Amino acid sequence: MMIHPSLRSRPWAAGSCALFVLLLVLPLLSGCGKGGGAGRGARVSVKGSDTMVILGQKWADTYMKEHPGMVVAVTGGGSGTGIAQLINGTADIAQSSRPMKDEEKAKIQEATGAPVEEHTVARDGVTVYVHTSNPVTRLSLDQLKGIYTGQVKNWKEVGGPDLAITIYSRENSSGTYVFFKEHVLGGDDFAATAQTLPGTAAVVNAVMKDKSGIGYGGIAYGSGIKHVGIEGKDGSVVEPTEATIKDGTYALSRPLYWYLTAKTPEAGRTLLAWVTAPEGQAVVKEVGYFPVQ
Amino acid sequence: VIPPPLLARAVGNGRRRIDRLAEVAIAVSALLTVGGIVLIFVFVFREAMPVLFDQATMAEANLRKFFTLGPWQPVSDHPRYSFVPLLVGSLKATVIAVVTAVPIAVLAALFTAEFAPRQAREFLKPVVELLAGIPSVVLGFFALMVLASLLQAVTGSPTRLNAFNAGLALGFSIIPVVYSVSEDALRAVPRSYREASLALGASSWQTAFQVTLPAAWAGIFAAVMLGVGRAVGETMIVLMASGNAAITSLSPYDSIRTMSATIAAELAEVVQHSPHYSTLFFIGSMLFAITFVLNVLAGLMVDRMRRHLAGA
Repeated sequence: MMIHPSLRSRPWAAGSCALFVLLLVLPLLSGCGKGGGAGRGARVSVKGSDTMVILGQKWADTYMKEHPGMVVAVTGGGSGTGIAQLINGTADIAQSSRPMKDEEKAKIQEATGAPVEEHTVARDGVTVYVHTSNPVTRLSLDQLKGIYTGQVKNWKEVGGPDLAITIYSRENSSGTYVFFKEHVLGGDDFAATAQTLPGTAAVVNAVMKDKSGIGYGGIAYGSGIKHVGIEGKDGSVVEPTEATIKDGTYALSRPLYWYLTAKTPEAGRTLLAWVTAPEGQAVVKEVGYFPVQ
Repeated sequence: VIPPPLLARAVGNGRRRIDRLAEVAIAVSALLTVGGIVLIFVFVFREAMPVLFDQATMAEANLRKFFTLGPWQPVSDHPRYSFVPLLVGSLKATVIAVVTAVPIAVLAALFTAEFAPRQAREFLKPVVELLAGIPSVVLGFFALMVLASLLQAVTGSPTRLNAFNAGLALGFSIIPVVYSVSEDALRAVPRSYREASLALGASSWQTAFQVTLPAAWAGIFAAVMLGVGRAVGETMIVLMASGNAAITSLSPYDSIRTMSATIAAELAEVVQHSPHYSTLFFIGSMLFAITFVLNVLAGLMVDRMRRHLAGA
C-alpha cells in the first residue's frame, strides 16, 4: 500500500487506520442480544403490501371515524416487509398480496407458538399496460412471459411497431412481483434488462412517458396509460372486471390477504371482522378492488 | 478575611476544576462520535459475517460467487448473487458523474479563487455550497421526471432511465463538495507564488493554470476523492434515475443497478439472517470500506499539500 511508509509522520492517518482495524476486529468479539417488541393499547398497526396501502388506509379512515378512540396505523413497504414485521412482532396485522411462504409460516409458529391466521379480505386483478400510442391491444400469457423473460425483444414480434421493448417491473420486495413471477413467468426469472422501480405508481409513471414501455401492477392504479387485454385459454380477450376476476376467467386475478397471529391484540380481530363484513367490503369496491363474496 | 495569596489559589483551583470539567465533556463528545461510527460498523459487519463463516449461507452466497461474472438474481428458485453487474453499475454511474462534474467544479473553483471580483466570490461560494443542501431525493425526482425525457430526446437512447441519466444527476450532487474543497485548496496557495509569477511577466491566465493550479493539485485531488466517495455511496438519485436493471455492459445508455440502490431496494423484503440478507450487508460493508479508503486518501492529500506549501 502506498500510504504505509509515511504513517509515522502523520499521526491522524495512523489513528484512522488503527480505527479501521478495530472496526474489522470488533464484530468478531461482539454478540449482542436482540430487543423484544413492546405492547400496545387500542392501537393496531397494519403493515405490508404497497398494492394494499391505499385500501388499508381507506379502511382505517372509515373505521376510525366510526370507532373514536381506536388508532389504526397503516404503512406499506411491500408484502415481504409486512410479513417480516409480523414475525418480528412490530406489526399486528400483515397485509399481503401474495400467500405466505412455508418458511415464513414456520417462523410465525416459532415466534408465537401458534400457526398464522390467513384471511382473504379482497381480490385484485393485476393489469398489464403500455404507452397510449402503442397499437398492441391484446397479449397472450405466453407472449407476456416471452417479453418479461427477455425472449421477445421487439414490439413487432407481438403485432406492434418495430421498436425495442422496454420492460418495467417492480422491486423484488413487492408482492406484485412475486405474483407476476409465479402466474406469468411460471417461476422463471425476469430478464436482466427488466427495469425495477419502487412502487406501482413509479411503474405507471415510467410507462406513461415511454413509447416502448410495458409495465404491470394492481388494477386500482391505472390512469394515463393503456391497459392490454389478456387472452384467455380459448383465445378470447378477457378484460379485468369484477365478474371475470371473481370467477377467475381473468388470468391475472389474485386474492389479497390479511395475516394475524396469536399475538395480534383483540382490537385487531375486531377490525378484521369489520373489514370482512359488508361495510368493509363496500370500501374495497370504492377503492377499485373487488370484494370477496 | 482571606489573605490575597490564598484567595488567588482558591480562584485558581476553581478555574482548574472548570477546565478539567470542560476537558472531560469534550472528550466524551469525541468518544460518542467515534463510538457511534464504531457501533454502526460493528452491526453492519456482524450481519455480513455469515457470508464468510457460516457454512449454510456460504453454500448459496460466497465470495467466489460474488466476484464471478453472472446475473444478480437473488429472488429466484436458483438465487444467483454476482456483484459484477452491481460493481459495473456503481462504477459507470460514478465515472459519468466525475467526468461531467469535476471539470465544471474545478474550473468554477479556479474562477472563484483567481479571477472573480471580491463581491462575486462572496456571492458565488455560498450559493454553490447551498446546492449541497438540495435533498438527493429531489435531484432524483428531477432526473426521473424531467432529465430522463430530455436526455432521451437528445441522445435517442432506447432506454429512458439509464446510467447516463443517473450519472448526470449524481454529478449535480457532487459539484458542491468538489467545488468547495478545490476552492479552499486554491486559496491556500500563498500569494507569493502568484506575485512571483506575475513579476516574471506571466499573464494572470498563465499564473492561474501553470502556477496556482499545479501548486494546489493535491488539494484538488482530495476534492475529487471526496466527490467520488459521495457518488459511490449516493443512493436515492440512482435508485430513482437509473432503472435498476442489473446489466453488465459498458454502454452508458443501458440501465444500471448500483450497490447502494440494491441495498435500499431489497433490504426491506429479505427474511432476516437469510443468505440474501447477509449478502446485502456484505455489500454495505464493501461500500463502507470503499468510502473509507477514499476519505483517507483525500485526507493524506490535503496533509501533503499543507506540508508542501509550508515547506516551500
